[in-house]
Amino acid sequence: MAQIQSPLPGTFYHKPAPDQPPYKSAGDAVAVGDVIGLIEVMKTFIEVKAEAAGTFTAYVAENEAPVTAGAVLAELDA
Amino acid sequence: MDIGRLFIANRGEIAVRIIRAAKALGIHTIQAYSEGDADMLAVKLADEAVCIGPAPSKDSYLDIVKVVDAARACNADAVHPGYGFLSESPEFARALAEAGIAYVGPTADTIERMGDKVAARQAAEAAGVPVVPGSKGRIGTVDEAAEVAQQVGYPVMIKAAAGGGGRGIRIAADEAELRQLAPQAQQEAQAAFGDGGLYLERAVQSPRHIEVQILGDGETAIHVYERECSLQRRRQKVWEEAGAACLDDETREALCASAVALAKSVNYRGAGTLEYLYDAARNEFYFIEMNTRIQVEHPVSEMITGVDLVQEMIKVCGGEKLTLTQADVTRSGHAIEVRINAEDPLMQFMPWPGQVGAMTIPEGDGIRFDHFLYEGYQIPPFYDSLIGKLIVHAPTRTQAIAKLAGALEQLSLEGLKTTAPLHLALAADKDVQAGNFHTQWLEPWLEAGNLTAAAKKPAAELETETTGGAS
Repeated sequence: MAQIQSPLPGTFYHKPAPDQPPYKSAGDAVAVGDVIGLIEVMKTFIEVKAEAAGTFTAYVAENEAPVTAGAVLAELDA
Repeated sequence: MDIGRLFIANRGEIAVRIIRAAKALGIHTIQAYSEGDADMLAVKLADEAVCIGPAPSKDSYLDIVKVVDAARACNADAVHPGYGFLSESPEFARALAEAGIAYVGPTADTIERMGDKVAARQAAEAAGVPVVPGSKGRIGTVDEAAEVAQQVGYPVMIKAAAGGGGRGIRIAADEAELRQLAPQAQQEAQAAFGDGGLYLERAVQSPRHIEVQILGDGETAIHVYERECSLQRRRQKVWEEAGAACLDDETREALCASAVALAKSVNYRGAGTLEYLYDAARNEFYFIEMNTRIQVEHPVSEMITGVDLVQEMIKVCGGEKLTLTQADVTRSGHAIEVRINAEDPLMQFMPWPGQVGAMTIPEGDGIRFDHFLYEGYQIPPFYDSLIGKLIVHAPTRTQAIAKLAGALEQLSLEGLKTTAPLHLALAADKDVQAGNFHTQWLEPWLEAGNLTAAAKKPAAELETETTGGAS
């Protein structure tokens, strides 16, 4: 099990836009560098990228939830 | 005055500024805050504070029902909206009026009229204020846009008729580009504002951004001179001055008189700003829009005139008549404000919501730092990155720039990355020192690596000194 952590404090989004599907769903393959979500920090959106490859398990932080730096956002089966 | 209890529906440095002004007038202050702002400075300074909702702005500072309910529950006589958030929402002003609470700003109808670019332009033309050559009204079709563009001359700017903030503006160099961009602009305007109407005008080449501060009491209006805010990045101002050194006295008087004429024609109440583009080559100014609220950069006008704009707007919106006459407002010297943002200018201006460590705030005659920081404060990530404004005042522009550089050298905010190095580099730049810039100057300057070069300079000098030995 590998965890993807937030690089910054902010608001976490599962989707690139409200009317689009989440970046990843359970069972999706994840490659190094894949975008798994967005962090909104001070009105700027930053892409959160996977630093390890694996199979996507689940988002840990909820969509649109406030998160701190280092908070676990999602988990992978490595 | 009828205001005894003032509710502040904003956050950050402007909330602190409003509390100070209200206290100076003997008014009881009630600070609204979100769950993300419980420990902000304004909460500590206000007489009372009330939580209005969760951290995201849409659930707190932008929620009209919650803000109005909180103001009513606190028995507020008036609400100050600050800037941003609900400060230019006619729905908010209307909801307060229905609740019997005064609004520190103009009427809902004035906000609505001046917030619509087409209506504002018509009001300006009716008051004899020059406007950029452009469409006479709302444009509904691409063919209509092409026809108007032919008349005003390319390049043209395409904007949404509703909305504001400088975002979503497109520039078309010729008809082919116009036909490609106009449908995109229509879609975007429809999605953002529920109104696909466009508005089109000539794109003035290398314009300067000059604006006039006005104050009105609903019957009469005065100006508090002009500001120049041409140094912008992504259409956001970063450095502002009062006055505009590029204007001769005759042009300045005509510009300020035009702003007063427009303010009087709409029976303006409160503090407001008329924004203009200035074409230096033609020595012509054109009204572009009006902001019906206090602005971030209001302190530079206060510094050169001694007028407290926030106190004045509270007084007139509490029902008093303006006590200042135009003859009372005189200007002296030159003032500069720089925006200190929690961003790393050496890392593409990446936001940096850090925790404030030891602070050294510059002090002295003609130096002012408006901010909401204290040691140990964790800057929340949910709002914009403005954390302070450093303002200097000196007899001449050259002296003001020197004072600014000295104050920036003294300013130290440990634990944070800020835009202070950008301002130091700008203060040392020959074009900035000569006042030789326009609204499209800063971005190419940054892209050319001027900031990185300036940031590396001290290290290089240090090396020379070390190897030089003798000095």
